[in-house]
Amino acid sequence: MASSYLSPPGSPYSRTAVSLHWLVGLGLIGTFALGFYMTGMPFSPAKLQYFSWHKWAGVTLWLLIVARLSWRLAKGAPEAPAGMPGWQRAASEWTHRLLYLLMLTIPVSGWLMSSAKGVPTIYFGLLPLPDLLARDQELGNNLASLHLALNYGMAGLVVLHVAAALKHHFVDRDEVLARMLPFLKRA
Amino acid sequence: MQLRTALASFAVTVATTGVAHAVEYTRLVTDKSALAFTYKQMNAPMEGNFKRFKGQIAFDPAQPAKGSASFDIEVASIDVGSPDGNGEVGGKQWFNAAAHPSARFVSSSIKPLGNNRFEVAGKLTIKGKTQDVSTPVTYRADGANGVFEGAFAIKRNDFAIGEGPWVDTSIVANEVQIKFRLIAAPK
Repeated sequence: MASSYLSPPGSPYSRTAVSLHWLVGLGLIGTFALGFYMTGMPFSPAKLQYFSWHKWAGVTLWLLIVARLSWRLAKGAPEAPAGMPGWQRAASEWTHRLLYLLMLTIPVSGWLMSSAKGVPTIYFGLLPLPDLLARDQELGNNLASLHLALNYGMAGLVVLHVAAALKHHFVDRDEVLARMLPFLKRA
Repeated sequence: MQLRTALASFAVTVATTGVAHAVEYTRLVTDKSALAFTYKQMNAPMEGNFKRFKGQIAFDPAQPAKGSASFDIEVASIDVGSPDGNGEVGGKQWFNAAAHPSARFVSSSIKPLGNNRFEVAGKLTIKGKTQDVSTPVTYRADGANGVFEGAFAIKRNDFAIGEGPWVDTSIVANEVQIKFRLIAAPK
């Protein structure tokens, strides 16, 4: 096992895994909230600016998620606590798989929507992403519905994810949440 | 024999001068012509166009300096490349289509540059504001028709296109590239 500084006792999650988890988690919540806020805004320079920021955030999150998934596939994740029922292990496994799938596909659906709507994505105003779709308003609207539906799906899974973590901490009183939030570690 | 040669040479002379005379373009073929523009929004290149415009042309490639052209563009027929933008662009801060339904270009001079290239100068009026503009134009014959293509840049703030918060050019750039491909027919 690594030193306790890099990996607290009882937690095989590395500092890298913990940092990426919270960075992506906060980034997702912020980008999700910005997405809802900006779509309801009246047409204004600020609205156009927020759309660009939202796209840049989406590209950044996608890169972080690829890094996270690579890290996890290379280093693995800690075992579920001993005594956890089989159905809970399966639920946890599939929730995480679906979360990763959605985190990877949601930015892509946004990028394709943007292309179909005729607004190229220029990462930080500097690096143009290729437009994989030609301009097609109807396709753009369908992709917008898809982007929204995938986001609702992810929001539902995030609520489940948070509820399960809290249940582990306060009901089961195990180390599951503390592994990802080291300051919660019980003495 | 001599008579036939003479007749043949006469026929050729008539035919060639006849063709040379026929090439005065006087009618804009609007449904084959295109008037498009590009601009940058948060550094992302956006494409738009005007669907409806009409024009008067009198142009003989052999006597370009005597030619003239004027165009009326229906500003409400604009497509700025995004549905959000299309819903707003006729409004007061943008084109104010109710008060200024058409934009107008009137040529003042056509200068031959050689190689079927010309410099066309004239006055462009949009939203009641008139500016001197000039554009290079290339000409080529396409069957009976003439094809005139060119591009030039204007600054939208020179015409008060985008007032209020839109005067700021950091979100929607000041420079707009106008691109045209005009098909003109002989009478």
